[in-house]
Amino acid sequence: MEKSLNWHEFVITRLIKASGYSAILFVALIFFFLVREGVPTFADTDLAALFSVRWYPIESHFGILPLITGSLIVTFGATIVAVPFGIGTAVYISEIAPRWMREILKPLVELLGGLPSVVLGFLGILVLSPNLRVLLDLPTGLTALAGSLLLGGIAVPTVVSVAEDALDAVPRAYREGAWALGATRWQTIWRVTFPAARSGVLTGIMLGVGRAIGETMTVMMVTGNAPVLALKLGSIFSPVRTMTATIAAEMGEVASGSTHYHVLFFIGMVLFLISLGVNVAASSVVFRAKKRAERILS
Amino acid sequence: MKSVLTINRHLGQRIGFTAITLMAIATVVPIVAVVIYILIQGLPAISLEFLTGFPHDGMRAGGILPAIIGTIYLTVGTAVFSVPLGIAAAIYLSEYASDTPLTRTIRIAIINLAGIPSVVYGLFGLGLFVLFLNFGTSILAASLTLSIMTLPVIISTAEESLRSVPQAFRTVSISLGATRWQTIRRIILKEALPGILTGVILGLERAAGETAPILFTGAAFFLPRLPHSPFDATMALPYHLFVISTQVPEMPIQIQYGTALVLLVFVLTMNLVATVIRSRARARRQW
Repeated sequence: MEKSLNWHEFVITRLIKASGYSAILFVALIFFFLVREGVPTFADTDLAALFSVRWYPIESHFGILPLITGSLIVTFGATIVAVPFGIGTAVYISEIAPRWMREILKPLVELLGGLPSVVLGFLGILVLSPNLRVLLDLPTGLTALAGSLLLGGIAVPTVVSVAEDALDAVPRAYREGAWALGATRWQTIWRVTFPAARSGVLTGIMLGVGRAIGETMTVMMVTGNAPVLALKLGSIFSPVRTMTATIAAEMGEVASGSTHYHVLFFIGMVLFLISLGVNVAASSVVFRAKKRAERILS
Repeated sequence: MKSVLTINRHLGQRIGFTAITLMAIATVVPIVAVVIYILIQGLPAISLEFLTGFPHDGMRAGGILPAIIGTIYLTVGTAVFSVPLGIAAAIYLSEYASDTPLTRTIRIAIINLAGIPSVVYGLFGLGLFVLFLNFGTSILAASLTLSIMTLPVIISTAEESLRSVPQAFRTVSISLGATRWQTIRRIILKEALPGILTGVILGLERAAGETAPILFTGAAFFLPRLPHSPFDATMALPYHLFVISTQVPEMPIQIQYGTALVLLVFVLTMNLVATVIRSRARARRQW
């Protein structure tokens, strides 16, 4: 009896440990398979061709610059939308809203995070872009702008939840101290609470931006899918094509093992590295902030 | 002079509060509007035939049953892999792991898994499950891909929930002679269950609504019959909505809104269940 119990316990413990390590395994596997299928790109095309301005796979033009600029301009637009609304909503929920309001708002914002991106893309096609076209007098509503607006919405829940956690974590004594010194609630929020939560808010913004760069279905459906170089600010009013949309739109049609196939995996590799960079940077901001807090407390 | 300053301070506060409140409203109103709009536009399409029939006439008529069933299959398939693995990983992080470099690496890995774009998961699933392991474009390959994507959500919420169980519960159980695993299974898991369940449902909700990871791992454009085995490809609601709103010309708009509504109801129901479980557990908690 005693012995079988120990054996049971031993196996379970091992299984639990292995599951714990599995996250590392998966990240490694993902990177390995992207590299395995993406690196052969360099056998078929040289760097100069890869970083040229023409993406036209049918004639073997695999310049990914238009796709990179497409992703950048859409993400830039999304950031401009998501940062003020995300932070504003987080401040409202954490500092201003009465309790009952908070209980309504938090699930609603979470619900936005749960809306399938394909549903937003669908409404983008049918509702948003026709209105944009009429409103701004554009030849087509399927533009980087439509993508930016929807992506901004998709990034908002991430910004709100992380920023709100950070604001919530600011000790009450900070606020009380400011009030006791005669500051209004508004002054307290912007000069005491918000600066104290700065690193958490920054993390939220970074994760929101990361989410926006990686979004696929919505941008594929509403940005018009034209792989043209988007260098001017005015390009926001024209169709673009992002890296994610290119993979999603073209991977289904390529022969596995072809140059086109490898290039699409190479783009996936670039996206993986971008998200790795964003997330490591975001978590190191948190770590730094933690250390600083420990220093202050000790 | 002093009174002017005070007035300005309070005026500033009023303007500021109004601005922030307006921003919060501007964020939330579109969310509600989207749901209501799809409800209004989609409801006329909903009928028994729409929910239980097969599509015909190039998907321009008939029902969406295979897509509904497919999404259920994929969600269940995702749960089969990600729930046990995710909860076990959470137990490891909360109950076994100490703060070593290895543990920190695990945490960074989880954060990264959460940030990887969904379409990159699709590429990975294509490379590993579809081609390398030769599962083909199948429910199995798509479910495995979705599981790995769902894992970080389940792990982080489950871990948070396990950690919130007070330390005293562990101490008492161990001091009564229970082993570590007995303590976890009978005490900690029981107490943390509502939180874990919330995380699981939120993770699966995301998986059910995703399109990009299943594009090249398991989604079928159109199937005349339901899938018979895990090695068959399947139709799925999100992919079907994508197909009928971008790939099929002269698609009746009502069917599009109807499909969007069914998908939305599917996902929102899960969201609602998760929210209810969480708030009820919070209200009942005594520690």
